[in-house]
Amino acid sequence: MAGNSEPLSPRAKLAVTAGKAAAAVSRVAGKGSGSVIGGKVALRFDPELLARLARHLDVVLVSATNGKTTTTRLLAEALRANGPVVSNALGANMPAGITSALAGGSDARYGVIEVDEKYLAGVARDVTPKAIALLNLSRDQLDRAAETRMLAEKWREGLAGSEAIIIANADDPLIVWAASSSPTVVWVAAGQSWKDDAWSCPSCGGVLQRPDDDWYCGECGFRRPTPTWALSGDHVVDPYGVAWPIHLQLPGRANKSNAAVSTAAAAAFGVDPKVALERMYKVQAVAGRYDVVTWQQRELRLLLAKNPAGWLETFSLIDGPPTPVILSVNARGADGTDTSWLWDVDYTRLAGHPIMVLGDRKLDLAVRLEVAGLEFRVCQGLEEAVRTAPPGRIEAIANYTAFQDLRRKVGN
Amino acid sequence: MSESSLRVVWVYPDLLSTYGDQGNALVVERRAMQRRVPVSRVDVRSDQRIPTSGDIYLIGGGEDRPQRLAAERLRRDGGLSRAVANGAIVFSVCAGYQILGHEFVNDLGRPEAGLGLLDVVSVRGEGERCVGDVLADIDPRLNLPPLTGFENHQGVTHLGPTARPFARLRIGKGNGTGDGTEGAFNDTVFGTYMHGPVMARNPQIADLLIKLALDVNALPPVDDQWFEALRAERIAAATQPA
Repeated sequence: MAGNSEPLSPRAKLAVTAGKAAAAVSRVAGKGSGSVIGGKVALRFDPELLARLARHLDVVLVSATNGKTTTTRLLAEALRANGPVVSNALGANMPAGITSALAGGSDARYGVIEVDEKYLAGVARDVTPKAIALLNLSRDQLDRAAETRMLAEKWREGLAGSEAIIIANADDPLIVWAASSSPTVVWVAAGQSWKDDAWSCPSCGGVLQRPDDDWYCGECGFRRPTPTWALSGDHVVDPYGVAWPIHLQLPGRANKSNAAVSTAAAAAFGVDPKVALERMYKVQAVAGRYDVVTWQQRELRLLLAKNPAGWLETFSLIDGPPTPVILSVNARGADGTDTSWLWDVDYTRLAGHPIMVLGDRKLDLAVRLEVAGLEFRVCQGLEEAVRTAPPGRIEAIANYTAFQDLRRKVGN
Repeated sequence: MSESSLRVVWVYPDLLSTYGDQGNALVVERRAMQRRVPVSRVDVRSDQRIPTSGDIYLIGGGEDRPQRLAAERLRRDGGLSRAVANGAIVFSVCAGYQILGHEFVNDLGRPEAGLGLLDVVSVRGEGERCVGDVLADIDPRLNLPPLTGFENHQGVTHLGPTARPFARLRIGKGNGTGDGTEGAFNDTVFGTYMHGPVMARNPQIADLLIKLALDVNALPPVDDQWFEALRAERIAAATQPA
């Protein structure tokens, strides 16, 4: 099934070489890792390169609104128990970035690939994955008009008849709608704190009833499938009812959920839950997320939250008051330019924390916090924000480009 | 206003709450409380009856299918129209604005009947989606400072004779008709394409609704420092080319 038994064609080899050359030029020019430009060049030489590279691998795709980079990391660690893994670990998750990552892993047995939500159906067609892990879908980057429900619909059409084993979160109605057209689904009760994108039945439009952890449509009967795996507190419960303890360095419920899905996905490749979970403990930070950085005698924990569902999960993992919290929000292209989503976040959860506000859109945040009745301080930069806090832990929560700005600032 | 408290009804957050629409309800509540006006808010899901005793009804934006479902359920329910007949104030955004008109184009590409509470008809635009910061002058009758907002829609809304344009555009697409209008209103029913949410960018719209509901001409001033700072920044952003 795996291994490089079939060599790449001369054309594919040329494409890989051209891509590597372009990436090297990009790195020298100081334009980042070069993985995206390398992939673009390689795909121009050989448009089928992605499919060709994947043919030699057992591929797992990971997609979601939130948690896909972390889950890709956790699952890659788990599968390394069985053999070498190639992965787009830095989050370059569109076809060019994926191609580039796979081109760098000629000895690998497994490809663990994070895929941007909009490209999932296409990539799944190209690489014929053995498994696909689907975590959650919620509102994100509103100005791009990729409507959440339409995305679930596209996944459903794209995955219908897929031969991959789908490992899917039974607690997210949109994920269940997307996955349930596939012949083989492993349902994982992985939880979903954010519920406001799935009050309406994806099948018939009826109002979903959501008592406790269950959900169902009273009109058409579409309902939560019976899971075979479950996240239960600090444990993953396997299909035999055995509860395996989760020990992660990564904080929060959402990461336990990511670990539960990764454990179920790894089991599909024969990795024992105990082994998988032990290996996941090694993951300490993912592309800077959750990293604790010492800067100006304070310990800043860097937390990425890109959308309302992400902020909700982040609030549940931070240290309690009086730990100071820095909030930073931008609205550049990669963030989405409509800041309305700030009003879907329940900032009253931060009551009691000293709050410092930063970023291009600090005034939007200021109005949001003022209306929530919270005390806060608007700061011109990170230095000012950090100076107002006593030495010790600071939780720094930022959206996408604001997070990158923070990392650069603290030299992470 | 009936009895002693201001009753705010947020219509169908399960269907029409895609663009931070809760923000408008939060700003109205906050500004009423700051004036010591007792305020209660009811969020009405689309499988519940619309109460007819509210003072201010807020209805937000949403995706195409939820918009059709909301229109079907509001027509069947009839409560919002009865509330308006009783003198209630309605403020609507984007998909909600289209629903208050006579007709809009639904997710199936067919005309869908609205509630006819505003004399407007909406169709789908042919061109690119309207996305970006907007600046406009609100109808002088309403005595409000300039409108700042963020638009993100593909609708084109034509106004009939009994609907007045809510604002005249300086920057942005607004109603998308090319005649420089944005939104619509009559005595008690308002519609706009503006997100932001619009009341976070224009808190005096919230004050206007509160004054109409209380039937008073003025409200005690409140500290608008952060609102004013945000307004100045967004107005500057709209007027400066990116």
